[in-house]
Amino acid sequence: MADRSKRPTAWLDRRAIVTGLASSVLLPGRVSAASVTDGAGRAVTVPARVERVFPAGPPAAIVLYTIAPDLLLGWPRANRPEEREFLLPDIGSRPEVGRITGRGNTANLEVVLSLKPDLILDIGSVNATYISLADRVQEQTRIPYALLDGRFDGIAASYRTIGTLIGRPEPAEALARYNDDTVKSITGRIAAIPRERRPRVYYARGPRGLETGLGGSINMETIELLAQNVAGGTPGGLSNVSIEQVLLWNPDVIITIDLALAANVYNDRAWAPIAAVQARRVHLSPKLPFGWVDFPPSVNRLIGLWWLAKILYPDLFPEDLRALTRDFYRQFYHVALSDAQIERVLAGRD
Amino acid sequence: MRRSALPGLAIALIVLAVGLVIAFTVGRYPVSLAELLDVLWSRALGRPTSAPAAVENVVLLVRGPRVIAAVLVGSALAVAGSAFQGLFRNPLVSPDILGASSGAALGAVIGIFFSLGVVGIELLAFMGGLAAVAAVYVIGSMLRSRDPILVLVLAGVVIGALLGAGVGLVKYLADPYNQLPAMTFWLLGSLAATSVSDLLPLLGPVALGTLVLVALRWRMNVMSLPDEEARALGVSTGPLRIAIVAAATLVTSASVATSGIIGWVGLVVPHLARALVGPDFPKLLPTAALLGGGFLLFIDTLARTAAAVEIPLGILTAVIGTPFFIWLLADMQRSWS
Repeated sequence: MADRSKRPTAWLDRRAIVTGLASSVLLPGRVSAASVTDGAGRAVTVPARVERVFPAGPPAAIVLYTIAPDLLLGWPRANRPEEREFLLPDIGSRPEVGRITGRGNTANLEVVLSLKPDLILDIGSVNATYISLADRVQEQTRIPYALLDGRFDGIAASYRTIGTLIGRPEPAEALARYNDDTVKSITGRIAAIPRERRPRVYYARGPRGLETGLGGSINMETIELLAQNVAGGTPGGLSNVSIEQVLLWNPDVIITIDLALAANVYNDRAWAPIAAVQARRVHLSPKLPFGWVDFPPSVNRLIGLWWLAKILYPDLFPEDLRALTRDFYRQFYHVALSDAQIERVLAGRD
Repeated sequence: MRRSALPGLAIALIVLAVGLVIAFTVGRYPVSLAELLDVLWSRALGRPTSAPAAVENVVLLVRGPRVIAAVLVGSALAVAGSAFQGLFRNPLVSPDILGASSGAALGAVIGIFFSLGVVGIELLAFMGGLAAVAAVYVIGSMLRSRDPILVLVLAGVVIGALLGAGVGLVKYLADPYNQLPAMTFWLLGSLAATSVSDLLPLLGPVALGTLVLVALRWRMNVMSLPDEEARALGVSTGPLRIAIVAAATLVTSASVATSGIIGWVGLVVPHLARALVGPDFPKLLPTAALLGGGFLLFIDTLARTAAAVEIPLGILTAVIGTPFFIWLLADMQRSWS
């Protein structure tokens, strides 16, 4: 896959030569290019040619894969066979390298160093915890560490920053624009509907569907952009609730990522009185190769916005979801889906 | 010190009865007392109720099973705790002393790791609890010692730590977005997801184990004596110990498989029961069962009504159990004699 990086644009060549010459005088043995400001306002100095990028976590791996799959050193967690089917074969099967972000490192910094990355890319929350983590790792490893915003309204800017960091502004710009256009056209169409008139959605996770995301949690970003989260009254992250509470909320629509819940909910007497169950509006989120509504919190959720918009407002969104899916998978995952594959993705099964 | 068990038993019974009334009438879903009585009465007479379907659903399929499960789990943990405290002649022992909870925890997180269904997770938890205690017992009896009880406890501590490391390993390997939260919630303990289909798999082992312990109640008094004295009284301590451990483990594993890890109940309630009726097992067991059921019922009612989201039971029992335990440590001499 190195063919893409061996054909840099003329613009990149010139910049690389100029900065490369300049820095080889100043810093012999280390070729460095321009300094780029990351999502946290940190100045990150990258080499003129970035050829190996270590993703700090799943969101970064996915974003990087969508712009420049050839640069990806590996995946935080090895992809399962059913996921690899929807990725470029030689990239999807790259090895597991662990993660640096979040709850506990699973990546060993010596392993990170041995992979000789030109850049460590981290996409997700930009706050004091992650900024200090980025600074520490950069100090220890001497590898530039870029921290970027992973929320829907920050992802376009993050794409453009990555384009500058790795010297590939065109694909980054195309994906950034796709992201902006999608979010704008979807939110624009429902802008006239006041928040309190939007469908009330319960998001069911966990083996029994009784884990849900509270108001403002990263898990609920897709749903809260388009609908009311019934659990949104309490701010927080993931939490357990009781069926009694779900009955009281009486949601209009249930979105779930759990296969067992989606299969059994219509036969479960405890769930029967809920409006969403009565109206048969319980929807299983597609999840191949990456989830459509929840995790990882990255650009994989962009196609989920279309999916959810069509479920919630069928009259406002007459688009053919199959065509949208085909287009998204081609542009972002670089694969051409067959009709049968699209059906499998949309069914939400493994 | 012979004293009548009646006042103590009556208090325990009243606690449970009051707990039941409160638990059935309060909850996140508003159910009036009239509707509640109508649903229960109609159910008892087998005729259709005039209450709305959603209310009937809440009472019979959601709140009802949960209340029953809370009582069963609370009783089970208290009975097992009483049995273990007597057997080990130690007031600081709880039902997980021989690794039942750690084994169940490992079983459950493995079940979640492999994305099994609810039944699979509960079954693995149950088997994990039994297997852990069996392993502890085998190791304990292989190591010959003058103090078999001490060796057993130490084996339990060691195996428990090993299983804890296993839980840590599985959590470490788990998918951080999906599986890790589910594991964390499970380990904190909750009855939020209890449904009617959970009750029979819970009731069976709990009833069986409790019956065995009740049948052995007189001999359990003798087991509270040092080994030599018990043998001198003509009790064969080895087989009896196996029977008590097996029964208490059955009860503990079944409850932990249903509810997740709930600490403190099995430690604290036996002391409350002993304060009410004294250490005589024929009186202690029923009192502990009633008190344990009532105690966990109160805790669970709090857990499901205090906020829109559930408060994990393990957290509530710890918040209430810790001050009690400190008092217990300060006051141990008196309360144990």
